[in-house]
Amino acid sequence: MIYREAGQFKTTYASDQQLFPILQDRVFVIGFLVFAFGVMPFIGTEYLFRAILVPFLILSLAALGLNILVGYCGQVSLGTGGFMAIGAYAAYNLAVRVPDLNLIVIFLLAGACSTVVGALFGIPSLRIKGFYLAVATLAAQFFIDWMFARIKWFTHDSPSGNVSAPPLQVFGFPIESPEAKYLFVLAFVCVFALVARNLARGAIGRAWMATRDMDVAAEVIGIRPMAAKLSAFAVSSFFVGVAGALWAFVYLGSWEPLAFDVNRSFQLLFMIIIGGLGSILGSFLGAAFIVVLPLVLNQVPGWLGVHMSTATVSHVEAMVFGALIVFFLIVEPRGLARLWAIGKEKLRLWPFPH
Amino acid sequence: MNLRDAEPATVARRVGDVILAVEGVSLAFGGVKALTDVSFDVREHEVRAIIGPNGAGKSSMLNVINGVYRPQAGQITYRGTKRSAMEPHIAARAGIARTFQSLALFKGMSVLDNMLAGRTLLMKSNIFLQALRIGPALAEETEHRKRVEDIIDFLEIQHVRKTPVGRLPYGLQKRVDLGRALAAEPKVLLLDEPMAGMNVEEKQDMCRFILDVNDEFGTTIVLIEHDMGVVMDLSDRVVVLDYGRKIADGTPDEVRANQAVIDAYLGVKH
Repeated sequence: MIYREAGQFKTTYASDQQLFPILQDRVFVIGFLVFAFGVMPFIGTEYLFRAILVPFLILSLAALGLNILVGYCGQVSLGTGGFMAIGAYAAYNLAVRVPDLNLIVIFLLAGACSTVVGALFGIPSLRIKGFYLAVATLAAQFFIDWMFARIKWFTHDSPSGNVSAPPLQVFGFPIESPEAKYLFVLAFVCVFALVARNLARGAIGRAWMATRDMDVAAEVIGIRPMAAKLSAFAVSSFFVGVAGALWAFVYLGSWEPLAFDVNRSFQLLFMIIIGGLGSILGSFLGAAFIVVLPLVLNQVPGWLGVHMSTATVSHVEAMVFGALIVFFLIVEPRGLARLWAIGKEKLRLWPFPH
Repeated sequence: MNLRDAEPATVARRVGDVILAVEGVSLAFGGVKALTDVSFDVREHEVRAIIGPNGAGKSSMLNVINGVYRPQAGQITYRGTKRSAMEPHIAARAGIARTFQSLALFKGMSVLDNMLAGRTLLMKSNIFLQALRIGPALAEETEHRKRVEDIIDFLEIQHVRKTPVGRLPYGLQKRVDLGRALAAEPKVLLLDEPMAGMNVEEKQDMCRFILDVNDEFGTTIVLIEHDMGVVMDLSDRVVVLDYGRKIADGTPDEVRANQAVIDAYLGVKH
């Protein structure tokens, strides 16, 4: 009843192919964006921006990039942390070595560096699949970790690879306050989400999904596996590289290679598996689940008035979090995005039985 | 009765010159000989059937024609160009499309997306235009959608156009497979057992679609099929394979009367 598209007739293919063909979706998304851009900066607390929203948004962007590769093109990667590191250190080097470069240009060029490296490490995918490819991308992760810890040129000769971002400003506006950081990251994420959606529903997205679902048939209809796989690696690494640069510059401020170790790769992979493979929304839901839920769980004992030591709280938090992951994967192996889709299906009829 | 017999004049006008010829093709997997010295030709606009008992090498023959397998010997001449082996993307570009015996659809994608994927080679806009979905990229999506909708109408699958293919029943999936091949606007259509596992009504529908494709679009059709009634009714000429060798070639009536074919299918008294 609430989510009913009856009466919304499409008379042109263009209107049927628009971003959100259903009116309710359009209203919801526009309302959500107005809230995120217009209302949130005024009502949010510094803790909310610094500890929750900024990391959530940046990791959503990285998850989105990984989802293009794993969810849409079916190529498993465990090198995401490494590609984030490429973006972070490329942005650092550009900022330090090229004076007066616009911050947005720095981030896009950092993404471009990550694209090149990602496509390079995507070459093994032309011969190997599945678990074997995952192991090959793990090599990328370890190689990149080693590179930034050992090759001093990349870190400007700083010991242990620890570097700091310069002061951030765009077109003369400083990005120092939590609100400014939040809006800056939000704008990036919105634009990239739109680009990802457009790619996914265009010709190249179909080539990725065709390669994922049935590679022989894809080849027979003229999709070249090399072009499809390498473009997925390239686009995915671009997203991940930009996310890495944002993570380093906007969230961390100063960092060392350890910030982008293999745990980051696993974390991002869990996000898209829990959120939903092959779904833009799923990348956000998965990131929210992994980033926000532990923080919420941490607060629960306080709300309930139960007194526990900090150590106990964090142990219980880890146990409940793990149990929730198992629970969601059993209830819906195709992720939170699928649950959302099922919910929308149900809302077409609710509260009527049929 | 052969449907073609009713209209011999049309048949004579319809069928053109040789468009595809295989000469002396041999294919082996290790010690297993899938094809041995097979030669036959396909004329433009005709329906050519390849039949034979299980394991005769029929599917291997199609895989050689569209480049999935590389034969060890022999040549493939397609529209005047002679090659020792096809490549899948060359075949696709040159207008050879195919369907698969065991369905090879993109199960996670909708019917529309499957068919639009079939038109990949006809789409030109680059990745940056696609990313922003502006100008030519947007116009292209709409234009190709229009063409795909025509095929959806033709195959009578309008009601499932947005359903993920994996959720469709088998008979409809077979139709989508045909639709994806048709979406590429092929000159030659290779059909690998389009009627396997179907009931009589579904077979009749599929026969109608194949004949319509052949009549309306003039598409040359190479068909593998086990149902002899279907083969005899649909095809202009039939090649019979047995243990990877060609044992007969000719019109359905000639093939039916051929002693080697009868022996291959029914066995020989020892």
